[in-house]
Amino acid sequence: MLMTITMKGTNTQELGYLLHKNPYRAQCFDLSFGKAYVFYTEVTDSRTTAALLLDLNPIDLARGKIGSKDGGLFDYVNDRPYVSSSFMSTAINRVFSTAMNGKCAKRQELADTALDLEATIYNLPVRGDKELVNEVFEPLGYDITIRESILDEKFTQWGNSFYIDLTLSGQLKLCDFLNHIYVLIPVFDKQKHYYMSEEEIDKLLNHGEGWLQDHPKKNTIIRRYFDMKRSYANKAIARLLEAESETDREDAEGQTEQDEISEKRIPLNTQRLEAVRNAVIQSGASSVLDIGCGECRLTSLLLREAQIRKITAADVSVSVLERAKQKLNYDRMTPYLRDKLTLIQASLLYKDKRFEGFDAACVVEVIEHIDEMRIPLFEKVLFGSAKPKTVIVTTPNKEYNDNYPTLANGDLRHKDHRFEWTRPQFKTWCEHICKDFNYTVTYMDIGEVDEACGTPTQGAIFERKDV
Amino acid sequence: MRIEIPEFALVAMIGATSSGKTTFAHKHFKDTEVLSSDFFRAMVSDDENDQTVSKDAFELLYYAADKRLNYMKTTVIDATNLQKSARQQVLDLARRQNVHSVAIVLDLPEKELTQRNKARAERGYPDRVIHSHYTSLQRSIRHLKKEGFRFVYVLKSQEEIDSAEITRTKLWNDKRELHGPFDIIGDIHGCYDELVMLLRKLGYVKNERGVYDHPFGRQAAFLGDLCDRGPKNAEVLRLVMDMVKSGSAVAVPGNHDVKLLKYLRGRNVMRTHGLDITVSQLEAAGDDFKKEAADFIDGLVSHYVLDDGKLVISHAGIKQEYISRGSMRVREFCLYGETTGESDEYGLPVRLNWAADYRGRAIIVYGHTPQSEVQSLNGTYCIDTGCVFGGSLTAFRYPERECVSVKAQKQYYEPVKPLNDVHDASEPDDMLTLVDIGGKLYLQTKLMPSINIHENNSAAALEIMSRFAADPHWLIYLPPTMSPCKTSELDDFLEHPLQAFEYYRNHGVKNVVCEKKHMGSRAVIVLCKNNDTAAKRFRVTDGSKGIIYTRTGRQFFTDNTIQDSVLDRLDTVLTKTGFWEDFKTDWVCFDTELMPWSEKAQELLEKQYAPVGRAGRDGLTAATEAIKKLCKRKNVQYELPEGTSGQNFDPNELLAEFEQKKDSMERYVDAYREYCWTVRSVDDLRIAPFHILAAEGQTFGNIPHTWHMETIKKYCAGIDDIFMATDYITVDVTSDESIESGVSWWLNLTKNGGEGMVVKPEIFTTKYNGEIIQPAVKCRGREYLRIIYGPEYLIPDNLKRLKSRSLSRKRSLALREFSLGMESLDRFVADEPLYRVHECAFGVLALESEPVDPRL
Repeated sequence: MLMTITMKGTNTQELGYLLHKNPYRAQCFDLSFGKAYVFYTEVTDSRTTAALLLDLNPIDLARGKIGSKDGGLFDYVNDRPYVSSSFMSTAINRVFSTAMNGKCAKRQELADTALDLEATIYNLPVRGDKELVNEVFEPLGYDITIRESILDEKFTQWGNSFYIDLTLSGQLKLCDFLNHIYVLIPVFDKQKHYYMSEEEIDKLLNHGEGWLQDHPKKNTIIRRYFDMKRSYANKAIARLLEAESETDREDAEGQTEQDEISEKRIPLNTQRLEAVRNAVIQSGASSVLDIGCGECRLTSLLLREAQIRKITAADVSVSVLERAKQKLNYDRMTPYLRDKLTLIQASLLYKDKRFEGFDAACVVEVIEHIDEMRIPLFEKVLFGSAKPKTVIVTTPNKEYNDNYPTLANGDLRHKDHRFEWTRPQFKTWCEHICKDFNYTVTYMDIGEVDEACGTPTQGAIFERKDV
Repeated sequence: MRIEIPEFALVAMIGATSSGKTTFAHKHFKDTEVLSSDFFRAMVSDDENDQTVSKDAFELLYYAADKRLNYMKTTVIDATNLQKSARQQVLDLARRQNVHSVAIVLDLPEKELTQRNKARAERGYPDRVIHSHYTSLQRSIRHLKKEGFRFVYVLKSQEEIDSAEITRTKLWNDKRELHGPFDIIGDIHGCYDELVMLLRKLGYVKNERGVYDHPFGRQAAFLGDLCDRGPKNAEVLRLVMDMVKSGSAVAVPGNHDVKLLKYLRGRNVMRTHGLDITVSQLEAAGDDFKKEAADFIDGLVSHYVLDDGKLVISHAGIKQEYISRGSMRVREFCLYGETTGESDEYGLPVRLNWAADYRGRAIIVYGHTPQSEVQSLNGTYCIDTGCVFGGSLTAFRYPERECVSVKAQKQYYEPVKPLNDVHDASEPDDMLTLVDIGGKLYLQTKLMPSINIHENNSAAALEIMSRFAADPHWLIYLPPTMSPCKTSELDDFLEHPLQAFEYYRNHGVKNVVCEKKHMGSRAVIVLCKNNDTAAKRFRVTDGSKGIIYTRTGRQFFTDNTIQDSVLDRLDTVLTKTGFWEDFKTDWVCFDTELMPWSEKAQELLEKQYAPVGRAGRDGLTAATEAIKKLCKRKNVQYELPEGTSGQNFDPNELLAEFEQKKDSMERYVDAYREYCWTVRSVDDLRIAPFHILAAEGQTFGNIPHTWHMETIKKYCAGIDDIFMATDYITVDVTSDESIESGVSWWLNLTKNGGEGMVVKPEIFTTKYNGEIIQPAVKCRGREYLRIIYGPEYLIPDNLKRLKSRSLSRKRSLALREFSLGMESLDRFVADEPLYRVHECAFGVLALESEPVDPRL
């Protein structure tokens, strides 16, 4: 919403030349998303402050502009009009574009000189660790002042808001100063108000020229800049690295967000899938039901096994199945593979004829997503009614969570986990299955072994007794 | 010739080409009943004579025939059917579909056939074809009965063909015209004394001919297994035969009766399982009696369909797809049931649980498997309570659906498996199947005849139900969405009571009830007096005695101890106020609002509402400070000649604008804070029940809302602070004075941020011009709406834009969801099976997945 830029020293009124905005006027610019006001709050010889104030209409944001057919992208109750977001970056680029390019016909030598500058960005949203602000700006040579605020002073238990008022001061050229701010606002906010095309990569590299290449937090900056568009981030990183592109891309794919948990790292997941695949093969199964198939990573492993003639991959979420289809390249699969595979939406809590008649069923990291009180129903559907000869179940081993520093106070590994079982709890459950549904069980330990806590994933292979 | 065929049959026309099969078929059957091979040849190839496509044509023909038979539609296969293999296909289909097969043969002399063939210019065949057809037919005719056709009619001349008349006779099991009321009596097994006691208890008396009948014309219905094992088999047979003969009873056979019949007909049968007792008693009764008994049993039909198809009786039960059908397989099922081929630990066959899959609307009453008490599942009732084994003899009264029993006087026979065996007491398997709710759904409700649920909506609901919802046994109701009133014509308001009143006035309603809208979260509470009721009435056996769930069926409190504590406290209140006695119920379901809002909306508050308030207040403060500094500067020119780049603005105007925004923001923050308070314990919660949805045997949708309000005040409020009554007034929407008072009541309610009110017609389920109208319309307060439409919504330009909004989609959804909600309660109260209740709750959830403006 508001940003101020202050020049200190002598003859600071010259800031007006550098910004191409007359200090003795108050100007208003129409932008596609609202209005930008540029004015000066202080003009003295030793100190001149320019302000850029945005006025966004929340109804426009929610409904689209008057006359436009498309609805807006935002809720009516929305922080965008009041914070410094990508709207601010865009406004800087519009209103101060000449200054950003480092051009100043009347005072070029001043534009090329490092000046004593200070900027305050009001209500900058910082998602995640606020330490990132220091890590990003310090290497660029700034002194940093951060003002934090409590979310609601009447409800102190809600903690601090994720907005900060950020004051940066340093000796820099104005154009560098503006480019830093322009690029870095959305890096902290992790949101953009417009659709990103691939041109955005050029834009980033262009505005990052001369400082992004050698920035120690380069990868973090780029990934957060593109937030959801990870592929763009990889391409941007690759273009900065040029030759090393291939290996590094792999790396970037595999790297997880800091605030995610290392359980999600590919290595454990791969180990788990390998273990399950081996168990399926060893059971001699030729038909497999992959329940809670997610994006079909296990299914695609099993599809490559000659022993497996038929796979049904089931998930309760239609959108997940759509993603699975894309990952499997389902529409372009050979008829041979397509005949092997059936993708269905199904629920573990409704009896389903389509679950019947399989040699093996895999329930990999699924049961912990079911409310514990509904587990008995799941048992009846799978073990009581579908009755596959072999059932392979994996689930997190809660004891191992001690090894995850982020799970200090008994938190579960995933927001949607309804429970996580210790090894004895899992064993008790497995024994109950064997007794009540006539199965035998052998156990699997998956992942790195910790002497005290076991492995991160625990698994069980059930075999029906009467087969 | 008179040709009699069963009302439901699969008919094969048999005859050479040119014998007039098609003409005959269309003369005597509906066009849609006749499936002709010519027609299907044309369907696949455009040429009805193209013999090369016959294989595909017949595949299609039999596919269509199969579908028709699923719906119990008589079907005629119009083809030559001269080859045995062709007829075999007809017979296989008949067997698979358990339908009687009929052969109608047109057997004309070869000469006539040849002449006719010649007359057919286009599709004439060579004479040798006619000859070969003719000879095939001659070879076939006498084998037809043996091949398996149940009825065979041969017409030997054109005269016979012309004069033939077809009559369709009712199926033997079809007794739809009998409406009872019935007293259906389970397995008697020679327990004569108990039978007499039971009949007397049911009100039957011996008439002058010594036969029991009922003074009010009730009819007894015997489920078979009259004899064996018990003490007085001949007496039982005598009594039952007399009642059936006199019309005061109907009967179906049991497996023991059929075995007795075999003995009586002189077949060699093992005299085990108590047959020896019956045999010795019948031998003593003499040959006349034996013959009468044999003829009686022989005349019994496997099962009966009674009372317009609403009731079915059968000894061992009946699968849905066998009802009304006749075949050996159906008969066997009705006598013996279906077993897996496995045995249990007593060596008894393990029975397949056909009732778990039963989804029909007819009630099925059956016996055969002794249980310690009557077992009901999905509208089926097993009423064999093992009298001969020392249990009791039970009658099921229909349509009352009550059971009447007399205890056995002693154990007459040692059961292989004890009646109250724990392994047998497995909970009834009413597991829901995907078939019940998957794909496109057509739901029928009393308030709206047919509600369609699209496939993608049911797919979304399946995900939500599976991932988040509580045990479906508890979900006897999901609340509908509610539409706001139309936007106001007044300058300062987006919503105003006048439009709500107007809606009801325009829909024929005079009196409305205005209820204060609590700003909390919707919570449905189901409470049983104890966990025994929960197990019996709701089939929830995890020991809980109730639940509190959200509008999407998710358990409200993740912490069970909080839920249990609230439920216990509600139970205490209802017990103190005498609710349980006064309502003669041991469970109840309330629609409530649970406060504070922050309890459920914490994430929304912390991620959206509070941040906007923080950013807004700080940002606007910083902005106004900056503008003020600008205003204080002396030498700024904002009036410049035209042509200068950029537009100039007046700082004082801008300041005023931003001061207004800042003020709006403060009010917005006040508004949301109103609905938040910290909950440290259950004591900090507030629950306002506003509707009594259901209790045992009753729903309350057609009782005025004023009754609900007063009854809730009387029974729920004033004892425990967490339960509160809801303020309300009534308004006569045809009286200006009354409207005036309604408006000022609302203004008062909302001036400090109150959410507003809900306006309801006096009676919930009100119809206008035969169609259900909105059961409620909300009218939200001016300040409250800031948290819906944003802090700045009242700024005139913004308000003007917001006033154009469409309600039709929201209102249509509200009606459909309301109808489904009421329906599910009705079904649950009527003791309908889980799948019938669940499909309604599921439907509401599916409809909720339709995209609609969330701010309405």
